[in-house]
Amino acid sequence: MVLKIIEYLGIVFGVIILGLLYGGIARKVIARIHRRYGPPFYQNILDVLKLFAKSNEASHGVLFNLGPVIAFTGVLVSLFFIPLGSFRPLFSFEGDIFVVFYLLVVAPLGMALGAGEGANPNATIGIARGLTLMLGYELVFFLSVLAPMIHYRTASIATLVTVQSAFPHWNVFPFFISAFAGLIALHGMMGEKPFDQVIAPHEIASGPMVEYSGKFLGLLQLYHAVGIIVETGLVVDIFFGGGNWLTFILKTFFLFITLVIINAVMPRFRIGQAVKFYWKYPLVISLIGLLIVAIWR
Amino acid sequence: MGLFKFAQSRSLWMMHFCTGCGAVEMPPTMTSRFDMERFGIAPMATPRQADILLITGYLTVKTLKRVIRSYEQMPDPKYVIGFGSCTLNGGMYWDSYNTIKRLDLYLPVDIYINGCMPRPEAIIEAFVKLREMIAKGEANGWKKYKENIKWYKENQAKVFDVKKWSVIKWE
Repeated sequence: MVLKIIEYLGIVFGVIILGLLYGGIARKVIARIHRRYGPPFYQNILDVLKLFAKSNEASHGVLFNLGPVIAFTGVLVSLFFIPLGSFRPLFSFEGDIFVVFYLLVVAPLGMALGAGEGANPNATIGIARGLTLMLGYELVFFLSVLAPMIHYRTASIATLVTVQSAFPHWNVFPFFISAFAGLIALHGMMGEKPFDQVIAPHEIASGPMVEYSGKFLGLLQLYHAVGIIVETGLVVDIFFGGGNWLTFILKTFFLFITLVIINAVMPRFRIGQAVKFYWKYPLVISLIGLLIVAIWR
Repeated sequence: MGLFKFAQSRSLWMMHFCTGCGAVEMPPTMTSRFDMERFGIAPMATPRQADILLITGYLTVKTLKRVIRSYEQMPDPKYVIGFGSCTLNGGMYWDSYNTIKRLDLYLPVDIYINGCMPRPEAIIEAFVKLREMIAKGEANGWKKYKENIKWYKENQAKVFDVKKWSVIKWE
């Protein structure tokens, strides 16, 4: 029991460090695309350490302080449902994929509660945009994940990983239409450009995070770091065949860097354009993928 | 504790208060040509998230109120960089009726960059110097502001209504 707690604490710590390193490398990659030198790859770790060393941060009430805690907890709990390479998830049962979908919504809602008490108009706009964008990508993501779920008659992530154990059996090959739509949905879920309306620093001053400083902002950075691993890890488990811990890290890394490279050369959609885009092209693509699976069976 | 000190000196988030003409030197400093992100310095959108307050050039009485309000909203430790001759002695606005001449009377400035305008190289040199000062524990402007708050508030009160524009309590 004690050993298990230590093991999972180790996993959480490792995932946090890994997510921060991913973020740092992404900043380096973006800098190289802009023909800059860029910060060192461990810059995000230094940023978080600095934020936790700050004193007298502003507070606007209990819920404001709890907002980042709820967001971080939500994303940590969803981490325990996802097979991370050779590590077995803490909770694994038939239907856990739905639980993960629900838990991924907890984090933005936590931020919405906190930012709401801050009562900054920029934060309110950011939250409204975030929840609107969610209408766009959640539907597409769920429909694209539904294709392998229907084909294998399972709603458990661990089962989906075991059926695609070797290289040519990756779900991305038979379900490439659904996987394509799923990747577009992932792009919006990660908030990369052109879908970064939620934290548009030049328009609404970093949106929901506008009033947060010091330790609260540090927690939000950690939430973002774990979120990278959870979201790319979910897609890698469903479409790219999981793997052991090394291949899992490599796959999530390449998936993330691909999204970052697209992010580096894109401008930003207006929120209306983003939702319209999601409901026009990726939704149709995912429906076609679903139809093919239904006929093929 | 040494690790936190190192992180504080290597990760500086900046809010640039661009009301003066010096703002025109900031875009080249941030973008590909001079790239200040390689020193871990990133522009931030709000005072809550910032460590450095960079004041680019002259401050009118009207903007000084906003600068001080922004400064007081920043979490400790925080640093002020005075940019250009206008923050030193008024510069070319030395006889203007509506600008302040010495920023030092109203805010604790940690480091000045002289020149009109300073080039991006000078700005980056100031950042590197500030980094060394933080690592050695010499950039203590924010402590100075707390200790001498009465004196600063008296000076500020000569220019505008302090009661209305301050966010911290000092009496």
